[in-house]
Amino acid sequence: MDTPDTSTYMIAGFVISFVTMGIYILSLYLRNRNLNQDMETLEALDEKKK
Amino acid sequence: MQPKPTALKILDVVSIIVLAISTYLALFFAPTEQVMGQVQRVFYFHIGTAWVGLLGFVLAAVSGIVYLVTKDMKWDRFEVALVEVSAMFFFLTIVLGSIWARPAWNTWWTWDPRLTTAAVTELIYIAYFMLRAGIEDPEKRARFGAVYTLLGGISAPITFMVIRLFRSIHPVVVGAANANQDKLSMTPDMKTAFFFALFAFTIIFVDFVWHRVRLGALEEKVEQLKLKVSM
Repeated sequence: MDTPDTSTYMIAGFVISFVTMGIYILSLYLRNRNLNQDMETLEALDEKKK
Repeated sequence: MQPKPTALKILDVVSIIVLAISTYLALFFAPTEQVMGQVQRVFYFHIGTAWVGLLGFVLAAVSGIVYLVTKDMKWDRFEVALVEVSAMFFFLTIVLGSIWARPAWNTWWTWDPRLTTAAVTELIYIAYFMLRAGIEDPEKRARFGAVYTLLGGISAPITFMVIRLFRSIHPVVVGAANANQDKLSMTPDMKTAFFFALFAFTIIFVDFVWHRVRLGALEEKVEQLKLKVSM
């Protein structure tokens, strides 16, 4: 029996795996950065209030 | 924000290394499956992501119980982290399964018991975030989340067991479907790639959950500071 050529599907599978994990890491980084910016702004506002 | 702990930095590096090794084993070390061809190689990542996805949903339910008992918000943060990371991995499981199914079953999707329960499980946890976002009071949100993950957690063992209980076209990988089959019908090299993928995705899962827990702590600080400033 001939083995079918399914390499395109295999490549798609691995590419999607790495892209999905990459997007998740990027989202963690961006959320972290935005929260740190919010924190700085809020701390400055809190200082002004005092 | 607190500086990143050394153990987490080490875990980041280890995660990259084990992911690289797992990719190598899946792509080059494991032999080509004769019936399905190269696409069978996505199976190693499919199983790895499914394992951590379902494990995370069960652990989130356990976190929910601990929160309900202790009322300690750290368990809510842990639960959110587990659900988010597991939902991401389980999404990958479904996508990889669909990619494998196209050449194997000649369709991207079919309403088979395993595929249906997997899709329902994923939707349950997507809804978790949508519903949580609608509750402003942190304690009420945490209580709701705990009860929700407790009920949602039932879907994980159902998804795992469904191919053993009902007629399904999805292959039974772990544990034979009947007594005449081998427990794991794979060659030794395939087994190496398979078990290493389980190990690698467990490490990566722990790494992601740890990062997400830290993010949750920062979110809580910002929320408290917002309240303080607005008063």
